[in-house]
Amino acid sequence: MGHALTSEQAAARTLFHLQDEHDHEAGGSTLLGFWIYLMSDCLIFAVLFATYGVLGGNYAAGPGPKDLFDLPLVALNTSMLLLSSITYGFAMLSSYRNNVAGTQAWLFITGLFGAAFLGIELYEFAHMIHLGATPQRSAFLSAFFTLVGTHGLHVTFGIVWLITLMVQIGKHGLNRANARRLACLSLFWHFLDVIWIGVFTFVYLMGMLR
Amino acid sequence: MMSQAELPVLDPIFGRLSFAALPLHEPILVATFVAVAIGGIALLAGVTRYQLWGYLWREWITTIDHKRIGIMYMILGIVMLLRGFADAIMMRLQQAIAFGGSEGYLNAHHYDQIFTAHGVIMIFFVAMPLVTGLMNYIVPLQIGARDVAFPFLNNFSFWMTTAGAVLVMFSLFVGEFARTGWLAYPPLSGIQYSPDVGVDYYIWALQIAGVGTLLSGVNLLATIIKMRAPGMTLMKMPVFTWTSLCTNVLIVAAFPVLTAVLVMLSLDRYVGTNFFTNDFGGNPMMYVNLIWIWGHPEVYILILPLFGVFSEVTSTFSGKRLFGYSSMVYATVVITILSYIVWLHHFFTMGSGASVNSFFGITTMIISIPTGAKLFNWLFTMYRGRIRFELPMMWTVAFMLTFVIGGMTGVLLAVPPADFVLHNSLFLIAHFHNVIIGGVLFGLFAGINYWFPKAFGFKLDRFWGLVSFWLWVIGFWVAFMPLYVLGLMGVTRRLRYFEDPSLQIWFQIAAVGAGLIAIGIGAMLVQFYVSFRKRNELRDTTGDPWDGRTLEWSTSSPPPVYNFAFTPIVHDGDAWWDMKQRGYQRPLSGFRAILMPANTGAGFILAVLSTVFGFAMVWYMWWLAIASFIGLVGYTIYHTFNYNREYHLTLEDVVRAEDERTRQLAAVRS
Amino acid sequence: MNRRVRNLAVLPLFAALSACDMVVLNPGGDVAAQQRDLLVISTWLMLIIIIPVMVLIVIFAWRYRHNNREARYEPEWHHSMRLELVIWSCPLLIVICLGALTWLGTHLLDPYRPLDRLAANQPIPEDTRALQVDVIALDWKWLFIYPQYGVATVNEMAVPVNQPLSLRITASSVMNAFYVPHLAGMIYAMPGMETRLHGVLNEPGESEGYSTNYSGAGFSGMKFKVRSVSDTEFQRWVTTARAAEQSLTRDAYLQLAKPSEREPVRYFSTVDEQLYSLVVGMCVEPGKMCMHDMMAIDDRGGLGLAGVYNVARHSGDLPRAVFGADQSHVIGICAAPTVRTFEDDLLPQVDRSPLRGAGLPRPASGRSGSLLADTLDSTSSR
Repeated sequence: MGHALTSEQAAARTLFHLQDEHDHEAGGSTLLGFWIYLMSDCLIFAVLFATYGVLGGNYAAGPGPKDLFDLPLVALNTSMLLLSSITYGFAMLSSYRNNVAGTQAWLFITGLFGAAFLGIELYEFAHMIHLGATPQRSAFLSAFFTLVGTHGLHVTFGIVWLITLMVQIGKHGLNRANARRLACLSLFWHFLDVIWIGVFTFVYLMGMLR
Repeated sequence: MMSQAELPVLDPIFGRLSFAALPLHEPILVATFVAVAIGGIALLAGVTRYQLWGYLWREWITTIDHKRIGIMYMILGIVMLLRGFADAIMMRLQQAIAFGGSEGYLNAHHYDQIFTAHGVIMIFFVAMPLVTGLMNYIVPLQIGARDVAFPFLNNFSFWMTTAGAVLVMFSLFVGEFARTGWLAYPPLSGIQYSPDVGVDYYIWALQIAGVGTLLSGVNLLATIIKMRAPGMTLMKMPVFTWTSLCTNVLIVAAFPVLTAVLVMLSLDRYVGTNFFTNDFGGNPMMYVNLIWIWGHPEVYILILPLFGVFSEVTSTFSGKRLFGYSSMVYATVVITILSYIVWLHHFFTMGSGASVNSFFGITTMIISIPTGAKLFNWLFTMYRGRIRFELPMMWTVAFMLTFVIGGMTGVLLAVPPADFVLHNSLFLIAHFHNVIIGGVLFGLFAGINYWFPKAFGFKLDRFWGLVSFWLWVIGFWVAFMPLYVLGLMGVTRRLRYFEDPSLQIWFQIAAVGAGLIAIGIGAMLVQFYVSFRKRNELRDTTGDPWDGRTLEWSTSSPPPVYNFAFTPIVHDGDAWWDMKQRGYQRPLSGFRAILMPANTGAGFILAVLSTVFGFAMVWYMWWLAIASFIGLVGYTIYHTFNYNREYHLTLEDVVRAEDERTRQLAAVRS
Repeated sequence: MNRRVRNLAVLPLFAALSACDMVVLNPGGDVAAQQRDLLVISTWLMLIIIIPVMVLIVIFAWRYRHNNREARYEPEWHHSMRLELVIWSCPLLIVICLGALTWLGTHLLDPYRPLDRLAANQPIPEDTRALQVDVIALDWKWLFIYPQYGVATVNEMAVPVNQPLSLRITASSVMNAFYVPHLAGMIYAMPGMETRLHGVLNEPGESEGYSTNYSGAGFSGMKFKVRSVSDTEFQRWVTTARAAEQSLTRDAYLQLAKPSEREPVRYFSTVDEQLYSLVVGMCVEPGKMCMHDMMAIDDRGGLGLAGVYNVARHSGDLPRAVFGADQSHVIGICAAPTVRTFEDDLLPQVDRSPLRGAGLPRPASGRSGSLLADTLDSTSSR
């Protein structure tokens, strides 16, 4: 039976285009795209880590990590960021339950933790600069301020984004676009957490061991 | 007190910009400026006269159609090619006459800017836009998609790339460009040895354009991963899509390195940090390493998509399935991975030690294996084919013959002891022009001639295409073979004048070659013009003028805004060929309204703000930098409040477009 | 062997170009000649595959042209395991050969490696001492210090024929590259860092050396004369230099280091013994801490918070970052910086017997000649 088919008949049986097509919803690739972007961002940090790895011992006869780092303060700072990640997780859970108020509340708390983290970091920077350990003093300090500062800058933008998103959720509720944005920011926020764990280990802890 | 007296005096409004920054005392620049100004005014007047502003804004500037964005990328690349080539011919002229005590017609201040600008423009603002443009136009069509994954981002990426180009062009008339060579090695590019604005223009132009490149990489990557037509498994993707996929992986994985390293260089220059300085523990060699960790993958970012073009062209014009599809794919992937572990071959002479040098030398040679395999695959695609020597195929054959020589000299330079005598010589210059012109540019010309009828609905004129082809190919050989010879005579790159008179003849031959290429570029512009005039003769109404094999040829030329009325289902690697073989009938009814992304001016506005920001940073106009930065952030936030980014293309519009195509096809058949 | 390689190279490829002086292919020094050999051999190795490919491209393009209806047409033929094997293995074999050659050549011609011969079949006489020269790339001229003779020159390097040369190379401000095509391959000259180069010139005569890494406005004129002379002439040259009026003190060096173009040849009768070490340490200016001191301090964890204040502004108004501090430097705290002599820097003695592969017995020692040449000889005689 099969070999009796002419090519036209075979073609008629083979579908060459979708018969019943729905609209291609925009944003179907957003999470993937954002994830790819994060990986590229990760590479920026990789370069900064590598630079710190190479230049981190060049104190230029100036102060080293042991003279400058205050581990309890950094540990406090780390806990701020880790807690903010947990609270963001709660915000996501609330959003899955379509609980706008809960989401907003958890986002707000997340933002507060983020701001606390930034505040402590700025205090640390100000303190170091006050001591004369400026980014200009040595290659170690240049690399330190740039690596940690770039992370801080990311957190700052994360907070700006978070506030924007809170306004948008307030306006439009947890519609599909906002849910997507919430997921993207979640990726971003946890990503910053992971980077910070790298910073904490590689810069602070190992710096004290140097 | 003393240190205060020595602070550079900054005008609160104009920063360090003053009338002295305008090159009023440079006759060449003034003449260029006048010419550009007259041309610009004429263009603006013409646009106003024919009331095209609205059309341009609605249909082009704000467009999120990947096809139009692709075309704009190509236009940007060709315009910048003219600028970059002007630099090239000035260098060739200078080197041809600066002998026997003559210092030629360019002083160091100018000459050093010109060779820097030539490199920067040709890589970032010619090759990159042309390659990106080609991918942007073709990839969604080849995978049967209606647009890219993030259409707005696509528009934004294009305008950011353009913003970078605009900044580079500004430096021609306002201030100056870097005098450091195209990679701006510190400490020479540091504030101490390059205190003027040149390097700052370099940094901000590349940073702004880099944002565009990176985002377009993310975009195309997501597009290829998520938006392929049903049935198109990875191993059924057209080779051009495969090479684009690998290219965009490289972009996403390499450009952040450039961003980071330029950030550190700008911190050194603006804040006085010590990453790449001589003092305070800085290490300039870090920069050299990092920039080449970006720089070497960049080479493959440029060439890989063109390997895809050659694969499509060879197979189409040989009327044959591509030989060794899977080995082609594996070769591409291997090249992608290997391109990350060869960067040190750009500076064997740093003294890294024999084991390190030979490791990187051997990894470099290993890349020639998959590259060689590709060449054999094209060769055996031609074998037992029916080769039609249309323009794209001619470029491809010229590429194959040229590229093997460039590849050979490349492997030669990968042998560290040989590199020790040829590094930074004109032999090196000849080598990379051999692969970039012979590979990237020839490939782009093949691609342009191949897909032009798809984009515009008519073929390019063959006669002028042939004129341009022969001038380019012969011009290339005449221009660069002397440089191989000069390299073997021990002549270094970037020299402005020479003493040894026996060298002059070779530089003169090279200048003649550059002249031939100049006429070749001219012939190409004539080719575009003549083809436009003869467009009715050259019209392609079938949508498939070359008897193509991939999906882009299944739709009309030019394709409708939605690309495909029905999303195709793919059963074979050469999807359209397979459809034709199996007697596919184009559906004439059952159309639906199509949801399409809506145009937006946000990308353009953000890019303008970025240009202003970059310009302000270059000139230390802090108020303007702060204002434009706040503008950037504010407008971005504002833009995110727009939730209505799509519209329905009505059924009537779809039916009208499809009926028109039905009529055209019927006319062809009768 | 050498001559044969040279002839092979020159004959077909470059016959048309024999008129011009391709110094890279025809150098007057043994190291450069070995580098040339490697270049030529690699070229031939690759041509084994390049030429057939180019011929095939032309043949296929012609034979399978559209209007040649006699040629076979197989539109669906697209795979052949056998062909694929050839396609991948041919380049692989060539690369294996090239890779082996590269590994050997890179190690044997490592610029850091002291010479093991003067020329093919010409071992280094027992009592020979290498001529030591300290090379400093300045903006935009070259300074050569001869520590064994206590003299220095600008833009001229004299070398006795057939005496091994041992160079230490650095730069004062930006990156350059030291290249004498007749002598040996180039190597970067970098501020605050030192590279090494070994070589020998086998033929008397004058040639040129230059910077091969762009270093700013005066780069094009950054050339120097290389005079390869007999021993007696070299002694005479040293005497001339010693008779020069100027002496190269730290102050004289700081004057010399200021940017200038196309400097005439100049001699210095005496040289501050510490000068070269100070240049490498970036501490010729009095009061500056030397790099090696700084590195030693950093290795011990820096100077602590007090070190913050151990900084002084540079004299003179150097360009500075707009948001940065004035150009400054770390103040030296060691009274006398240590001088590193060539002997301190000597690399551990290498085993110079020809490589025979891991685990194979070393051939009888005492056999001279280049390892590369030996290896090549042994492969070609097989």
